[in-house]
Amino acid sequence: MNRIEKLFETKPERVLNVYFTAGYPKLDDTLGIMQSLEKSGADLIEVGIPFSDPVADGPTIQESNGVALANGMTVKLLFEQLAELRQTVNIPVVLMGYINPIVQYGVEAFCKRCQEVGVDGLILPDLPMFEYMEVYKPVFDAHGLLNIFLITPQTSEARIREIDNNSKGFIYMVSSASTTGAKTGISTDQEAYFARVKAMSLKNPTLIGFGISNKETFDKACANANGAIIGSAFIKAIAQEGDLDKNINEFVNGVIG
Amino acid sequence: MNVKVDKNGYYGNFGGAYIPEMLYPNIEELRENYEQITEDAVFQKQFQQLLKDYVGRPTPLYHAERLSDKYGAKIYLKREDLCHTGAHKVNNTIGQILLAQRLGKKKIIAETGAGQHGVATATVCALMGVECIVYMGEIDMARQKPNVERMRILGAEVRPAKSGSKTLKDATNEAMRHWINNPSDTHYIIGSVVGPHPYPEMVARFQSVISAEIRKQLLEKEGTELPDYVIACVGGGSNAAGAFYNFYEDNDVNLVAVEAAGLGNDSGESAATTVLGKPGVLHGSKTLLMQTEDGQVVEPYSISAGLDYPGIGPVHAHLFESGRAQFHSVTDEEAMVAGVELSRLEGIIPAIESAHAFAALEKMEFKPSDVVVVNLSGRGDKDLETYIKWGKY
Repeated sequence: MNRIEKLFETKPERVLNVYFTAGYPKLDDTLGIMQSLEKSGADLIEVGIPFSDPVADGPTIQESNGVALANGMTVKLLFEQLAELRQTVNIPVVLMGYINPIVQYGVEAFCKRCQEVGVDGLILPDLPMFEYMEVYKPVFDAHGLLNIFLITPQTSEARIREIDNNSKGFIYMVSSASTTGAKTGISTDQEAYFARVKAMSLKNPTLIGFGISNKETFDKACANANGAIIGSAFIKAIAQEGDLDKNINEFVNGVIG
Repeated sequence: MNVKVDKNGYYGNFGGAYIPEMLYPNIEELRENYEQITEDAVFQKQFQQLLKDYVGRPTPLYHAERLSDKYGAKIYLKREDLCHTGAHKVNNTIGQILLAQRLGKKKIIAETGAGQHGVATATVCALMGVECIVYMGEIDMARQKPNVERMRILGAEVRPAKSGSKTLKDATNEAMRHWINNPSDTHYIIGSVVGPHPYPEMVARFQSVISAEIRKQLLEKEGTELPDYVIACVGGGSNAAGAFYNFYEDNDVNLVAVEAAGLGNDSGESAATTVLGKPGVLHGSKTLLMQTEDGQVVEPYSISAGLDYPGIGPVHAHLFESGRAQFHSVTDEEAMVAGVELSRLEGIIPAIESAHAFAALEKMEFKPSDVVVVNLSGRGDKDLETYIKWGKY
């Protein structure tokens, strides 16, 4: 069984997934951040592969992508950094990225490397379900990689069902019509959307992302889903001066505390 | 040859709809409705009427005698430079604003590079009384100031794209982000044959009026609808798609696409995508794309802000790969020389984008009987500063 599936079996509630961009703030911080996240109590880690044109992301993550690329981050280097991942990190890891760098690396080669280093799943926002089903799914499956789909307040019920049927691991519930980090807080409209999805009793667990930044929003998300994803707020926390490990520990404990 | 888009939005190996789920409902709404709406008789009547009375169509097909003498062929110019707002871009924005109204959208967003598509969008929004926001790279805003002010006079808000390289691709990123944040009441008027399906085909159809008119006009002038060559410049490729559209099946018509080579294809400062690009995914479609080995998009360069795009429309990638069109690339210098040559021989100062198409004449060999149509996609008024800075006239 995949580590993601195992996680939700043992911990169906208050799952915290934290996103950060590989190669940020410093090129070689990637593995250290992952170790600190696990130690601090995060349940799942989403490692962003930086891209020159991250259209689904707001300013904070865009900037972290730009810094990481300027630092010299590449897909090839990421796999080198993750080569000994599973000697120290036990929680599930998903890679998040845009499709172009993966196409250039070669989809088959990319999936093979993911399996070798111990990556459990992929979140590729600009890979549509149609392309995934036609071309990518057999390759992902062959390498034990779960593809995580997004749903939004605009996604129709029929499509949510279709996504649920084609998903494994969890479904990424985008909390509002927005790019990452654009909005903070959770409105009553959003709660109605969360309730609507909850009432559908999906087969897959759901994690709420976009706009989750602290304990208050994390608790609200957890009341409506199996947990939540934090990205931009964590990027801001690790951009701060001071000891990286300490900053991470304080941030995570502030959220789950 | 078959250049029709398939049901999944592909031209051969290129196209598709690589969009985040946040945009899926918008794109799906367009895909499901655009054909029915645009083929509707009332829509067509309104569209044709505006093209005639507001844009000034049909644009002339002009026999350029002195240019013909120089290159030893019978050269016609398709005068898109005489369209209202000074370029072909308005054909598409008229179509899309009518479509947006049928879809019940209250607000319009657009991206622009040189500012021509931004001006054409601001124009139709003023015409219809619709709120308009145009994203433009901060660097482009500085180098195309008159067009920024034209948009503002027309009542549009021009928002600087400050991310990434601060040019056209970043303006497109920002427009997409805006759409993600405002999905229900906003329509995004993409200005070229790029983006997720159905945009490339939809924009090409709105621009196809260019080749429809060429056929009709050539029949009157030459007794045949078919030229030997159609030549057009390609950035994203909307004027070329429009000029080629009704000739795809006529294999005797040579389609010639001209890309911008900037300072030269080996200089690191070029925008010639078919020379320097590899298959990749950007702005919603799989196409040829200028990128690093690691798949990061490379910033292109051309003296012409309208050709300064790291990709090309998926239909052009298909025309290139299949060999249906020939591709040439032309340097800044060659384009400027051709622009001045057209000014001197025919009394027409072309946009620097269009000047690239004329520079290809020098690289081709013609028979005296050849009928050649060059798509003169825009006029040069907006480029005066660039002509002046170049100075060799």
